[in-house]
Amino acid sequence: MNKTLNQKAWLFVIPVFVLVAFNAAIPLMTVVNYSFQETFGSNVFAWEGTRWFKEILHSERFHASLGRQVIFTFIILLIQLPLGIGIALSMPKKGWGVPVCLILMSMPLLIPWNVVGAMWNIFALPEIGFLGNSLNSIGFDYNFTQQSGDAWFTTILMDVWHWTSLVVLLSYAGLNSIQPAYYQAAEIDGASRWDIFRYIELPKMKKVLTLAILLRFMDSFMIYTEPFVLTGGGPGNATNFLSLDLVKMALGQFDLGPAAAMSLIYFLIVLLICWIFYTIMMKDEGRT
Amino acid sequence: MSLELKNVEKKVGIDTHIHLTNLKLEKNTINVLLGSTLAGKTTLMQIMAGLDKPTAGEIWFNGENVTGKEVQKRNCSMVYQQFINYPNFTVFENIASPLKITGIKSDEIKERVGKVAELLKLSAMLNKKPDELSGGQQQRTALARALVKDSDLILLDEPLANLDFKLREELREELPKLFEDRDCIVVYATTEPQDALMIGGNTATLLEGKVIQYGKTLDVYSKPENLTSARVFSDPPMNIADINKNGEIFKIDNNNVEWKSNLKIKDGRYKIGIRPHNITTYKEGNNSVEINGKVLISELSGSESLIHFTNGKLNWVSLSNGIQSKNIGEETKLYMNIDEFLYFDHNNRLVNHG
Repeated sequence: MNKTLNQKAWLFVIPVFVLVAFNAAIPLMTVVNYSFQETFGSNVFAWEGTRWFKEILHSERFHASLGRQVIFTFIILLIQLPLGIGIALSMPKKGWGVPVCLILMSMPLLIPWNVVGAMWNIFALPEIGFLGNSLNSIGFDYNFTQQSGDAWFTTILMDVWHWTSLVVLLSYAGLNSIQPAYYQAAEIDGASRWDIFRYIELPKMKKVLTLAILLRFMDSFMIYTEPFVLTGGGPGNATNFLSLDLVKMALGQFDLGPAAAMSLIYFLIVLLICWIFYTIMMKDEGRT
Repeated sequence: MSLELKNVEKKVGIDTHIHLTNLKLEKNTINVLLGSTLAGKTTLMQIMAGLDKPTAGEIWFNGENVTGKEVQKRNCSMVYQQFINYPNFTVFENIASPLKITGIKSDEIKERVGKVAELLKLSAMLNKKPDELSGGQQQRTALARALVKDSDLILLDEPLANLDFKLREELREELPKLFEDRDCIVVYATTEPQDALMIGGNTATLLEGKVIQYGKTLDVYSKPENLTSARVFSDPPMNIADINKNGEIFKIDNNNVEWKSNLKIKDGRYKIGIRPHNITTYKEGNNSVEINGKVLISELSGSESLIHFTNGKLNWVSLSNGIQSKNIGEETKLYMNIDEFLYFDHNNRLVNHG
């Protein structure tokens, strides 16, 4: 029996192709296009090969902002994860306290990022801001617009305030999915509070915590709006994180080639770290 | 050794979860708590274990008042409906977990875990983690954890409820053997009358936080003290009808079913309870009485046929052996085995003891 070849089915896939093309492929390919060429006005391009990539990878400026970015993200994760889990553990499990806590925790997440930056900018101003003024009046020499340490302190504090709730909410959901029988079984075994945390709660929260770490890593590694409004990358280059630097290069100096190469490297770093991290965290899960 | 609940009561807010209860469980017995969901089985077990405190009354263990004593100091273990194991421990570590705290040497731990694992057919999977096991094996691990430490009191809270039919049958057969030569009291909670019959031992029927009857399982089944206990211990549900006795003649209200019996009880009004398997499509026993019915639905399982039918204003359930195919709406004749009738007086108490 001869089968008639019918290719009509491909037609149905076209809308998806178009959508994905506009949404992801075309913008990405434009960046790739820029990264291998030198651009002149009126759409004149010249092939440069891998020059921009080499330049970026050897540039001290890129190393410096990448270093700042890694340190920032590392500190953020180090503070937000234990703090988030801690808050989730101490939140009530039933009664009127639950909705109150959940609403309080959700609030920072609902505020637009630039508003958070502006809020903290005003809050931390050394003369008139409540935080800045209070710190100065109790004897600290605090000025986030002048001193690098203070700028870092304020940026980290702002991010902790803004994003710890996400870790709290995810951990809380994870904790609530643990059946009460686990706690009873541990009680019968005579397990301590620490044992319960270490051998029941932590393993049971593994999936949501993986998600929390991934989300917090990606967001903090790509942070832009809040430090842009708060410090603008200053003082000097003290809080000039990767994405701030990228925008300065692309739109400030109009170095489109190097900026395109940098964004591709940036993108690959995020992708690589997420992949490594996810693989390590999930290596036990594949067996089931 | 015995476990005794003396005038125990449990209230939460304005709700009474356990009504005034007195219960004495003897050593080396398996005791089934039989009742539907929310009958208070779990609460009662938690009170026995010390996971929960009664609002009134005392718990005595071995002649000692243990009412306020913490669960860790009571030497008891518990198995749940959900398969509760430490998620990132291996099966070996899981089974060993209750022993580690007691400070037993590692050689002995190894030996004891090995023995229990063999008993529960887990020897081949000691190095696996719970999430690599089937549901049945996970529950076996949980059972092994409960058995490994020589508990005085082992509590099993619907341990088979989450298993599929085949695994349930398999484990249910093994269960009584596991506890055979142990020096402990076993309490087994279940919603299924069949579980109680297969496990044997003693049974306490429970309804709405009250212990209705406690005694040897077969006694409770064949001689329920009252209608409630009989109802709890019957699945499919027991058929109940109002009857009138006049001399030797017994007659069901609102229909023409009547029979003769020399049962020595006063003339008057009674309720009868008839278990579904005492109404069959064929004659069984020496004394039977006919009942006509209109078939509502018939469920065939292959080895048994469950036929629901109406007679008078009542719905009846019958259970016959083999395949008894009936059409919906069909008029049919069934037989009730008179010798197995349970008669209850106006206080719902059984009147025909043995």
